[in-house]
Amino acid sequence: MEPSLVTSIGKIQLEKPAMLASGILGISLDVFNRLYRSGAGAVVSKSLSTEPWDGYPNPTIFGINGGGWINAVGLSNPGAPNFAKMIEPNKDVPIIISLVGSIPEDFSTMIKQFKNSKVIAYELNLSCPHVAKVGLEVGDDPDLVKKIVSTVKNSTHVPVIAKVGLGTTHYLNTVSAAVDSGIDAITAINTIRAIAIDVETQRPILSNKFGGLSGTPIKPIALRCVYEISSKYDIPIIGCGGISTWEDAIEFILAGASAIQIGSAIGDNWIHVFNDINNGILQYMKRKGYSKINEMIGLAKKS
Amino acid sequence: MQRNLNHTKICVIEKVIDETPTVRTLIFSDDVMSSVLPGQFAMVWIPGINELPMSVMIAQESGKAAFTVRKHGPASTGLFNVKVGQQIGVRGPYGNSFDLKQGKLLLVGGGTGLVPMMRLLTHIKPNDDVTVLIGAKSKNEVFFEDLANDLLKNNPHRVIITTDDGTYGEKGFVTSMVEKLVNETRFDGIYTCGPEIMMYKTVQLAHSRGLFVQASLERMMKCGVGICGSCCVGEDLVCKDGTVFDGDHLILNMEFGHFHRNKAGILENY
Repeated sequence: MEPSLVTSIGKIQLEKPAMLASGILGISLDVFNRLYRSGAGAVVSKSLSTEPWDGYPNPTIFGINGGGWINAVGLSNPGAPNFAKMIEPNKDVPIIISLVGSIPEDFSTMIKQFKNSKVIAYELNLSCPHVAKVGLEVGDDPDLVKKIVSTVKNSTHVPVIAKVGLGTTHYLNTVSAAVDSGIDAITAINTIRAIAIDVETQRPILSNKFGGLSGTPIKPIALRCVYEISSKYDIPIIGCGGISTWEDAIEFILAGASAIQIGSAIGDNWIHVFNDINNGILQYMKRKGYSKINEMIGLAKKS
Repeated sequence: MQRNLNHTKICVIEKVIDETPTVRTLIFSDDVMSSVLPGQFAMVWIPGINELPMSVMIAQESGKAAFTVRKHGPASTGLFNVKVGQQIGVRGPYGNSFDLKQGKLLLVGGGTGLVPMMRLLTHIKPNDDVTVLIGAKSKNEVFFEDLANDLLKNNPHRVIITTDDGTYGEKGFVTSMVEKLVNETRFDGIYTCGPEIMMYKTVQLAHSRGLFVQASLERMMKCGVGICGSCCVGEDLVCKDGTVFDGDHLILNMEFGHFHRNKAGILENY
């Protein structure tokens, strides 16, 4: 029998384990449909704020020699109300809404705006490393994380995911605060705060100076975080950070992830990356004799 | 080590040509940019100011490339004001390119949309019969007429200028001339780049007559590599799927010719 790519992240069911990471390609329902047809198990929206944000001026992205990217797009997004209206016609695509805000009420206000939209989960951005007052600055405050998660959990029956990253507070404290407050799953990790300096002009390249490092350079770090979280907490995990091949995806599953997210690899390999990863996982499962994804989750911790 | 095309490469401006009071061509040396295909673009960093998507202009010496910029907003004005000896950064090239047909060709360019048309002219075959249509608002905004004639000197060709106010060439919009030409001649290939309404009408006129037509689109662009999503038109990404699209594909796209997205990604009417 053909192995199944179906996976579940707690109550969230996906036909395929690789989903689009937040911040990538996420402003058009037409593009979401295309990604779904291209093999994405779900798509995570750009992080939405209560009002539209323009983001930072260019340059907003920089390709590192040797691989990887530094970006400071600045959470540009059309705002939750506009986005909710755009996705209302959606019937087919499993959409996870990423939200960014400073206070608990920002998140609960936005969730109300999606009452007419088909949303399979919310992902709280507690980890963007390059915008003040939101993202990592929120995730670095475990007490605020507790308040946000509790408020959000009281606002919706839809599963809620916390996306954590590496900031000044140990990320496991953020995970702990989210788990204590009833979070349904954790996405780990976001980009890591970084900078690129041009030696000829002797200045930082990104208009915001600092950006988030993503892609292959962060994969071993992201993998370590997934391994640590799954060793310490009984919580479903979505692995994110530098995944670009099926081998990367399998590594994250073996470390304890139930699903994975793809971001930078789209810049390197375009959207074919979803089918390539799905096919690679299927061949691996056949070769190793697995019939379901959950037979592989966390196996690396037992060896 | 092989050059990482996503890594910003610093180039020095060697020559500046004033094309019109508001349009300049900046020439620099770079082997990668000198050999890009017509329709491809680069992300151009003006240190301290911004980074812009720009079609890569030809420079007639080997190993050299150029950008032709019209001063408009702060970013393009920043590039317009770059002096000889100053540094800019380039990454890319990105995007696809025009499919080159042979025979009777029509190139329709408006404003700095002429840039990929000039590069396309460097790829034509000796027997191609080429009509270049240049649209401008008035006489003092016409440029590349001499360059087009020079690039086509060994081909059967004509260069037609239209100005909205009739101060030079034919009076009227460029698309009126497109209509006249496609009614007279069964072109083997039509190529266009410029203001989207101009391209939309050109694509409609060509497509309705069953003629092969391609357009090079321009959109709000941040990353240039298919990550940020800013440049989407329907389900297409201009940076990855374009900049060049077939007319029969574009005609089905509900956003082409009608909407573009602002910096926040909200659809706005043209």
